[in-house]
Amino acid sequence: MTNSIPELETDSRCILIMGSNTSEGHPLIASRIVKAKERGARVIVIDPRDIQIARLADMYIPFRPGADVAVLNGLMNVIISEGLEDKEFIAARTEAYAEMKAVVEKYTPERVQEISGVPADMLREAARLYARNKPAAIVYAMGITQHTTGVDNVKSIANLAMLTGNLGIAGAGVNPLRGQNNVQGACDMGGLPNVYPGYQAVTSPDAQKKFQDAWGGTADTVVGLTVMEMVNGVGDGTLRALYVMGENPMVADPDLHHARHCLEKAEFLVVQDIFLTETAQLAHVVLPGGAFVEKDGTFTGTDRRVQRVRKVVNPPGNAMADWEITCRLAQRLGAGGFDFASPKEVMEEIARLTPSYGGISYERLEELGFLHWPCPAADHPGTPYLHKGKFSRGQGQFHAVEFKEPAESPDQDYPLTLTTGRLMFHFHTGSMTRRSEKLHQEVPEAYVEIHPDDAARISFKRGQRVRVHSRRGQIELDVRVTKRIKPGVVFIPFHFAEAAANVLTHAAIDPTAKIPEYKVCAVKMETIGVKEAKSQGPS
Amino acid sequence: MEYQNTLTTCIYCGCGCSMYVETIDGRITGVWPDKTNQISGGRLCIKGWNVTGFVGHPDRLKNPLLRKEGKLVEVTWDEALSQVAEKLSGIKRESGADSIGLMTSAKCTNEENYLMNKFARAVLGTNNIDHCARL
Ligand code: SF4
Repeated sequence: MTNSIPELETDSRCILIMGSNTSEGHPLIASRIVKAKERGARVIVIDPRDIQIARLADMYIPFRPGADVAVLNGLMNVIISEGLEDKEFIAARTEAYAEMKAVVEKYTPERVQEISGVPADMLREAARLYARNKPAAIVYAMGITQHTTGVDNVKSIANLAMLTGNLGIAGAGVNPLRGQNNVQGACDMGGLPNVYPGYQAVTSPDAQKKFQDAWGGTADTVVGLTVMEMVNGVGDGTLRALYVMGENPMVADPDLHHARHCLEKAEFLVVQDIFLTETAQLAHVVLPGGAFVEKDGTFTGTDRRVQRVRKVVNPPGNAMADWEITCRLAQRLGAGGFDFASPKEVMEEIARLTPSYGGISYERLEELGFLHWPCPAADHPGTPYLHKGKFSRGQGQFHAVEFKEPAESPDQDYPLTLTTGRLMFHFHTGSMTRRSEKLHQEVPEAYVEIHPDDAARISFKRGQRVRVHSRRGQIELDVRVTKRIKPGVVFIPFHFAEAAANVLTHAAIDPTAKIPEYKVCAVKMETIGVKEAKSQGPS
Repeated sequence: MEYQNTLTTCIYCGCGCSMYVETIDGRITGVWPDKTNQISGGRLCIKGWNVTGFVGHPDRLKNPLLRKEGKLVEVTWDEALSQVAEKLSGIKRESGADSIGLMTSAKCTNEENYLMNKFARAVLGTNNIDHCARL
C-alpha cells in the first residue's frame, strides 16, 4: 500500500474499491471503510459480484470479469474530457502523459459499456465522484492482479491515481490488500527470484557484491524461477529438487491436475509444514515446523507495518520453529553465518543489509508497537505514506494500456465465466482454518454461486448438486443460487481440497508478473441429482 | 497455576491486527483483542477470535518424516536433516545449484523468509526462490 490503513478512516474523502471483497478478505479494513463512510467519505465499489461492502457504497458498479482495463480507461476518459484531472500534479511530477492520454481517448463511456457492460452514465458518475473528492484512495486485491493482464490492471490503477494527483498525500494512494498475512514481508525479505532483501536487484553487480561480501558467497546475477516455473521444472526434470516451506501448491496452484502430475515426478521433494498437507503427502522428507504462536519474529502487514510475533507455547512433540530448522540445515551443509541465537539477531542482520529496514529493531518495536518501512535509520519515525513530494524513481510514469480479452473467454462449449475467491471463514488452502472447529462449522463444504437465470437454464432444483467442467477438469459441489452474481458468471471459493476450484482454473499467466489467471476461465455446468442426506443414523 | 498474556500478531490476513494469547500453565486458553492496535482498535474478525484454533490439532506434525519403501515414516531430526543435506549437496554437485528450487512462505516470519533467501543464495547458490504472492 502506498498509504496506511488508518488514513482510510481519518483522511480519505473517497474510497474506490475494485477487485477486493474487503468484508470477507480483510474484515478490519472493511470496518475502517464503514467508519469513513459514517464520517462522510464517498465509497464506490466496482466488482463482478455484489459483495457485502457494495451494500454500503454510494455506487456499486458490476462489470464483466476481465474487463478491468477497459473500465479504468473509461474512468480516465471521462476525467480528462471533463477537465477534472490534476494539471499541476501531472506537469510537476509525471511523464509520458500524452501517450497515455492518446490511448485513453479511445475509451469513451459508450465503448466501455460495450466491452464491460457498465452503463455509460454510471461510469461518468463514478469518474466524477472519484475525481472531485480528494484525497481519494483506491483499494484493490487479487481481483485485479490474478489475470493474464494483471500488470496492465495495476498500471491502469496507478494511472488513475496520478491523473488526479492522488499520490503522496494522506488518505489517497494505490492500495493493494495482500491476501496472506506476511506476503509483504516475504517480498521485502528477498523471497523472490529477482531481488535480494529490500528489492535490491539480483541482476545488479553492486547488489551481488554487497551480499557476496556480507554472506561470504551468493548466487549469480541471473533471475531465478517463479513458483509456476519451478512446478513445471520438477515436472520436466530440469529441476531435480524442490524445497517447500509452509506452502501448499497442491491446492493453491492453478490447474491442479497439472501441478500434481509435476510434483509426483519430483526427484527430491522436501516439505516443511505444520500439517501433512496435500503437497507434503508427496514429499520424500517432511520437516515439522512451528505455528506462529510457537516462535518469535515479525510480520509486515499490507500497509508496510512491521509488528512483533511472540512465542506463546512450545511446538508440539519434536516440531521446531522454521527459522531454527533453516539454521540447522545450513550448518549441516557446513555453512557459516547461521549461528543465530534468536530471531532478534536475525533482524539485526536484516537491518544491516536492507536499507528500508535499516532503523527497525526489536527494541524499537517493543517501545513503539510498530514501524512502517521505509525506516532507514534508528532515529527515523517510519513512513505511513509513500511518494510525498517525489517518487522514489523520480518522475511518476504514465503507461498507455490497451484492453485485452482474458486468455480464455466463454464460448459455445463452455458458456460460463468462472471466477474464484476467498471466504471470510477460511484462509487460503484451508489447512489451518478447516482444522479450527468453529471456522469449519461456518462453511464446511465447497459450493458454487450461480445466478437464478443460469440455475433455470440447467433446470436446477433445490438440494441438487452440480458438476462444473472446464477444459482442464471437473468438480462436483453444492449450489447457492443468488442474485449477488451477474448472469453468466459463477463463483467458487478456493479453500476446499476435495472440490478444488483450481482443478478448473487456467494456468495462463501474466507475461511480466507471472500471476496465474485465477479470476477468469470458461466453464460449463450440469445438475447431478440430489445429495445424500448428511445426518447420521437412521432418518 | 501460571497465567500469562502474550501480545502477538494475527496469522490470517494482511490487516495486521494484534491480539493477546492467554495461557494457563503453558496451554492456550483464550484470545483477546488489543485495544491499542491501530488497525483492530480492540476488535477482531471471526478468524482472529479463532486464530489459535488449529494450533493444538491432533493432525499437527510432531516428528520429521522420511519416505522409506514408498511410505512416510517418523525419523529423528538427525536422520532427516542428513538426508536433506546429502541429497541437496549431491544434486548441486552433479547438476549445479540452479537445479534446486525453494518456495518460501507468506505465512512465516520476516526472519524466516530472510533466512530462506540467505540459504538459497548464500548456501546453495541459486536465485530459484519464490513464494505464493502471486497465488
Ligand atoms: S483478526 Fe481478522 S482482519 Fe484482523 S488480521 Fe486477523 S484475519 Fe485479518
